[in-house]
Amino acid sequence: MWSLIQIELYKIFRRPRTYIAFGAIAALIIVIQLGLKIDGDAYAGFLMKDINDTLTVDGKVLNGYLICYILLQLLLVHVPLLVALIAADMISGEANLGTLRLLFTTPYSRTHWVLAKFIAASIYTILLLIWLAFLALFVSMWIFGTDDLFLMKSNYVVLIEQSDVLWRYLGAFVFASFSLLTVTSLGFLMSSMSNNSIGPIVGTMSAIVFFTILSTLNIPLFNLVKPYLFTTHMNNWKEFFDIKVNINNEAIRGSILNIPKIKTSLWVLTMHIILFVTASVIIIKKKDILS
Amino acid sequence: MQMKKYKHIIGYCTLWMCSVLISLNAMAQNDPLIEKVSQKLGLVNDYVAEGVMKTDVSFIKASLGKVKVYFKKPNLLKVKKDGGISLLPRGGVSLTINSLLNTKQYTTIPAGTQQLNGKNLTVIKLIPTDDNLDWVISTLWIDPQEALVYKTATTTKENGSYEITMQYGEYANQGLASKIIFSFNTKDYKLPNGITLEFGDEDPAAKQKALKNKKGTIEITYSKYTINKGVPISIFK
Repeated sequence: MWSLIQIELYKIFRRPRTYIAFGAIAALIIVIQLGLKIDGDAYAGFLMKDINDTLTVDGKVLNGYLICYILLQLLLVHVPLLVALIAADMISGEANLGTLRLLFTTPYSRTHWVLAKFIAASIYTILLLIWLAFLALFVSMWIFGTDDLFLMKSNYVVLIEQSDVLWRYLGAFVFASFSLLTVTSLGFLMSSMSNNSIGPIVGTMSAIVFFTILSTLNIPLFNLVKPYLFTTHMNNWKEFFDIKVNINNEAIRGSILNIPKIKTSLWVLTMHIILFVTASVIIIKKKDILS
Repeated sequence: MQMKKYKHIIGYCTLWMCSVLISLNAMAQNDPLIEKVSQKLGLVNDYVAEGVMKTDVSFIKASLGKVKVYFKKPNLLKVKKDGGISLLPRGGVSLTINSLLNTKQYTTIPAGTQQLNGKNLTVIKLIPTDDNLDWVISTLWIDPQEALVYKTATTTKENGSYEITMQYGEYANQGLASKIIFSFNTKDYKLPNGITLEFGDEDPAAKQKALKNKKGTIEITYSKYTINKGVPISIFK
């Protein structure tokens, strides 16, 4: 199995397309970091307008932790589209080239090949996430320094001590890996149903955009289906950055406000991954390879 | 002849008004209780106090934080959190009892006595005589025996009204509190979802309703004071 995964990884990383995502993420992060470094105070001033009416905030608000949070908010919505570029090409690309038939004539079963391809695509996804984490968190910490994380949400502000922040990012990235693996598995499913690359890539992107819009609209009719959409749960990495308070309104260090919400989201995403990969295996096993 | 008479009357009136104003001013400035409090506070030229700060504002979730409070005569005050972001009432923290009384630019009006936490306190109102000062009026609740201020309520020109409640312990002889509670009015906090990217929240209206408490408090509980050992002026910049 490991040798199959190695072959698939070799194929992924030989294609120039693979590096588009790494380049795009690097370019976006660097541009945002540069913008915030030059004009970040004006941005922070705009965000803190309401707070500054009542309170004086003393300290380094625009630090590496906040920059990373801003970057993740912006990028984790779009990274799935970059993941789709590779994941949705894993089987259909080979079908298009006519090499899928050759693969399935080897002594390894179709299930082995499909799982090897999925694991290789997952490794690519995780590497992309590690690259994102490195640039968004560690480079931001290096450029902007560290301090407490001062998070301005829509209705309230959360102030998390800097010693209480890093493990939350670790949790958020682990959670984000589940979100992105769901996209990988969706792309993989689309790929298993097609004999060309463009259809599954565009199909996966369209599905993500469509379900994301449904998840963000607060319309009662859509609220019924929202809990079952993976896009509703993909953004719940933010729950790691909400903190419990005690009866005296003191924030409790090391606490997470809504652990059940995270657990539910992880469960829903895992179920989606299992469902999509299983469906891919079944489709490929029954597929008549004609290309 | 008549003109001379009028001049005399105007002269007497002006003299009388001046003497009344001078005597009122002298009476106000020399309120013995305020003088007693001032003398007590006058023993402290500067201090560095260590303590724990608690922020209780409805729309803020913050944990307790260690702080250092620096004071230097006549009215320099700085609160610094140990390695972190601190939130303080806008303009209110500097209006401590030291900074109010040390300026000496006020006139006093006695306002009777009131019971507060079982103590019979004398109430005195301060009105600034210098138009450039930030505050408009301040009411002090003072224990006449101990010469300790237990509560102040101050209205400022630009930053609203503040109440400061004080508790005393080990450093009461120097007029320094062991616990200070700043109470202030808070304004609404709301950021559009488009900025925070928090779409699809289940019930933002209910959350907002729960956070509509308009009073905020900041409590500082002091554990240690270092008095008259010198505080560099650079700290207050």
